[in-house]
Amino acid sequence: MSGKRPRSFYILAGFFTLFLLFLYGPTMTIGILSFQGPEGGLTFPMRGVSTYWFADLFRQQAVGDIWGSFSRSLVLGLMVMVTSVVVSIMGGLAFRKRFAGSSVIFYLVITSLVIPSILISLGVGLIFSQSGLTVHWSTSGYGSQLTWTLPFGLLIMFAVFNRFDPSYEEAARDQGANGWQTIRHVVLPIIAPSLIGVALFGFTLSYDEFARTLLTSGSYNTLPLEIYGMTTNVTTPVIFALGTLTTAFSFAIIAIFLALAWIQAKRRKKQGSDAGKGLV
Amino acid sequence: MRNLLKNPHLTGWLLASPLALVLLAFLVLPIAMIVVVSFWGATEFSIYPAFLFDNYEFLFGSPVTYSVFFNTFKYAAITWAFTLVIGFTVAYFLAFHVRTLTWQVALFLLCTIPFWTSNIIRMISWIPFLGRNGLANSTLISWGVIDEPLEWLLFSDFSVILAFVHLYTLFMVVPIFNTMMRIDRSLIEAAYDNGASGFQTLTNVIIPLTKPGIMIGSIFVVTLVMGDFITVRFMSGSQSANVGRLISNDIALLQYPSAAATAVVLLATVLLIIAVLLRFVDIRKEL
Repeated sequence: MSGKRPRSFYILAGFFTLFLLFLYGPTMTIGILSFQGPEGGLTFPMRGVSTYWFADLFRQQAVGDIWGSFSRSLVLGLMVMVTSVVVSIMGGLAFRKRFAGSSVIFYLVITSLVIPSILISLGVGLIFSQSGLTVHWSTSGYGSQLTWTLPFGLLIMFAVFNRFDPSYEEAARDQGANGWQTIRHVVLPIIAPSLIGVALFGFTLSYDEFARTLLTSGSYNTLPLEIYGMTTNVTTPVIFALGTLTTAFSFAIIAIFLALAWIQAKRRKKQGSDAGKGLV
Repeated sequence: MRNLLKNPHLTGWLLASPLALVLLAFLVLPIAMIVVVSFWGATEFSIYPAFLFDNYEFLFGSPVTYSVFFNTFKYAAITWAFTLVIGFTVAYFLAFHVRTLTWQVALFLLCTIPFWTSNIIRMISWIPFLGRNGLANSTLISWGVIDEPLEWLLFSDFSVILAFVHLYTLFMVVPIFNTMMRIDRSLIEAAYDNGASGFQTLTNVIIPLTKPGIMIGSIFVVTLVMGDFITVRFMSGSQSANVGRLISNDIALLQYPSAAATAVVLLATVLLIIAVLLRFVDIRKEL
């Protein structure tokens, strides 16, 4: 396979570069435009360079409750993340063996993945309002978001356990480990890197979720709802500044998770297999 | 008691119970509620329990419904075609033309990172490009291609589909790349050894073997586009409609029974399409 690359490589590489430009170009543009001078508008040309619009975000009267909604989104994201990881592990373990009703749950998971988000919003909102409960981001909003993050978590766990070598567990059992010890000391360490993936999905999908939270978050907005509200009544680059900040925050979160996965992979490589280095 | 604990069904149920509870409370019950409410009646300010077919009669009796459903299918079909071609090409490049695993993983991550950022921000970020005084128009004018700004760049079907393709191509890239990486490379060598050209190998070996990934990607893209309401509202400047917007407009007017009836029809349509697509692929095997 080595040697001179075929001409198709260069054509495809060009296509790929254009694709990346298409993916990231708009985001980079609003990144640049968020540094507009105080007189600047929503498009080019730049009228000076300043951090005026970022500073504007910290002035209370300029925009809505951005920092409140940010902290709500952060807490909700962490709640959804922890729940997604725990429930996905348990679900993944359950699905390794067939049990009565497993295919029903499997199809529910698929339904949860493909159902239009607004239906969850509408249905949960109706249940809460008709039973006299108050919708709140930490109850109805939290549950609605789980219907989006859990299917992703489970699909990852299915992929992991499809590739899982059961002889590790057999070895643990042969050495006298009980069920819980096998999971705690053998299964969990092996699947740990994919759990980082589940956590990343759980947090970021919740942090950015819009449609499922629309009718279920109550009177306190999450950040995506707040941003959406701004699109209809804010006509200054302050919205770009907010977009740039929250995208930078997402990038930071992604970088942290990727770094965690990388460190873990490296540590595992260093410890490596102890085959042949046994005590006897 | 010990025998009871050994029962494989019981451990399965215990482990799956949190999942089942969440799905019951926030998926099954809401769907049931929507179905029930779709038969209710509504006044201007409130809704009341009843068993009426009015909502469905109105829905199926109105020509708006059909044109809106047609529009939804149109968006889904066009977006599907674009995301498939782009997604397949990108995945093909990554899987077969990038040589080291490190580079494959790095470039693949680069393609997936936007998935973990906000859709709304990514929609907003098209405005400086497509607006009347945006980058696209000013560039075309300075090149002398056009004399006046193009009006159809923003707030049109064009911008809606552009945003869909921008948001959802990742959902094609990931599953197609995943299946391509599992194709046994010796099959491709065998095709070359037997005298197949690059194009013949692509159409006779790679595409058939990539079908499961294409199906999974298609399921994602079609359902995301069909269930969308926010992209259409935002990118069309409220000038185009799809079924999701029909529902969200009814919700805004507090016409929940009518919204519910539309939602039931939309859900049935989506599930029907998924059921057809699932006949071509066993999802659990492909993960």
